[in-house]
Amino acid sequence: MATAPDLQSLKVDYKRNPMLPWPFQIRRVKRETEDTFTVELEPQGDLEEFPFLPGQFNMVYVFGVGEIPISISGDPANTRILIHTTRAVGTVTKAMDKMRRGDILGIRGPFGTPWPINQAGGKDVVFVAGGIGLAPLRPALYEVVTHREKYGKVVLLYGTRTPNDVLFRQELEHWRARFDLEIYVTVDRAMSGWRGNVGVVTNLISRAPFDPRNTMAFVCGPEVMMRFTSMELHKRGVDNEHIFVSMERNMKCAIGLCGHCQFGSFFVCKDGPVFRYSQIKDMLVKWEI
Amino acid sequence: MEDLKKILIEHPFFKGLNEEYTSLIVGCASNIRADAGKMILREGEEANHFYLIRSGKVTLQLITPNKGPVIIETLDEGDILGWSWLVPPYTWHFDAKAVELTRMIALDGKCLRNKCENDHHLGYELLKRFADIMTKRLESTRLQLMDVYGDRP
Repeated sequence: MATAPDLQSLKVDYKRNPMLPWPFQIRRVKRETEDTFTVELEPQGDLEEFPFLPGQFNMVYVFGVGEIPISISGDPANTRILIHTTRAVGTVTKAMDKMRRGDILGIRGPFGTPWPINQAGGKDVVFVAGGIGLAPLRPALYEVVTHREKYGKVVLLYGTRTPNDVLFRQELEHWRARFDLEIYVTVDRAMSGWRGNVGVVTNLISRAPFDPRNTMAFVCGPEVMMRFTSMELHKRGVDNEHIFVSMERNMKCAIGLCGHCQFGSFFVCKDGPVFRYSQIKDMLVKWEI
Repeated sequence: MEDLKKILIEHPFFKGLNEEYTSLIVGCASNIRADAGKMILREGEEANHFYLIRSGKVTLQLITPNKGPVIIETLDEGDILGWSWLVPPYTWHFDAKAVELTRMIALDGKCLRNKCENDHHLGYELLKRFADIMTKRLESTRLQLMDVYGDRP
């Protein structure tokens, strides 16, 4: 691991230079599942706060290893602590997984379009998450829970692979205990000890308690899951204009210059990652894109 | 009986079925309950019923060597359990077990099978409804098989 930069000498105007990674120190690492972990980061140097909007992502740089996009999974109301949750699957995330408290990561961001939670006032709000897709949705959930009175019914439908892969378990239990949130979890497979649901997350949509004519839906997970979920939401009566999905492509520069994340006529880093389903629905079924 | 008829008429599965067929189906229906842990059907046994779940939760499961029962799917309120009564050789392909106290309406498939043979219109009406359930379960199974959560979203 490369040596951390001299923090005292950092005086660069971070806001004006989106290509410059800013050092953040790891305050805590929490293991969520066997291969998924959460890092809590504190900005260093003269950067004291890091405001972001739910759904935005950062480019996370492990010095000497590489840089990758990761959505922010923390509470947008807490601007002093930056939280990322990721799965250790690639070179960078596996290197991150080995990092401990006190280590330094480089952060560029926040980038991209947010979940349009501010347009959901007075409406029912349905979150549908698949696997680690719950992480990018969590900031929006915090926002809705904090201002619960602004919304109608709030429903989270969460599907993952097995009971051992359920993310943010304590938080889900806490939310499930509330009378004003509807939390449903399902897994793709389980042994006989599991008393919860088994089946794909799309199965939960037809019976979830919300009014489809007055609903905004936020969907995040593997692309195939988002496609089928959006179709099922539409079948239930939710307008495609009111369904939002978070796309992922190969983001590199994160400011719409390099073209690595091109998705049809869009750059996912700049025009997304959050898109209205109606904007991209036809592109989701084209394998060439 | 009137209660049963009301429940059946209001259930989406029977929506649009004419009065004559509804009455006929009510004649083949009975209320049953399964306590938590009770096996409702077992793989390999004769399939002579299907069930409309009124409340509770049921797991469809398969016994696997060394691992024991693997849950394939859970069904709950409003779901239909079982279509093997409709397709030869009329034997169950999975076990079904009540996870919690489950109340169901059991429909006599053997009786309905004979009626469907004699009245193809009734048979078609029922097949259309089961085909819809089968399609949905097939789609779900395909998604499960894709193991979409194995890779990064």
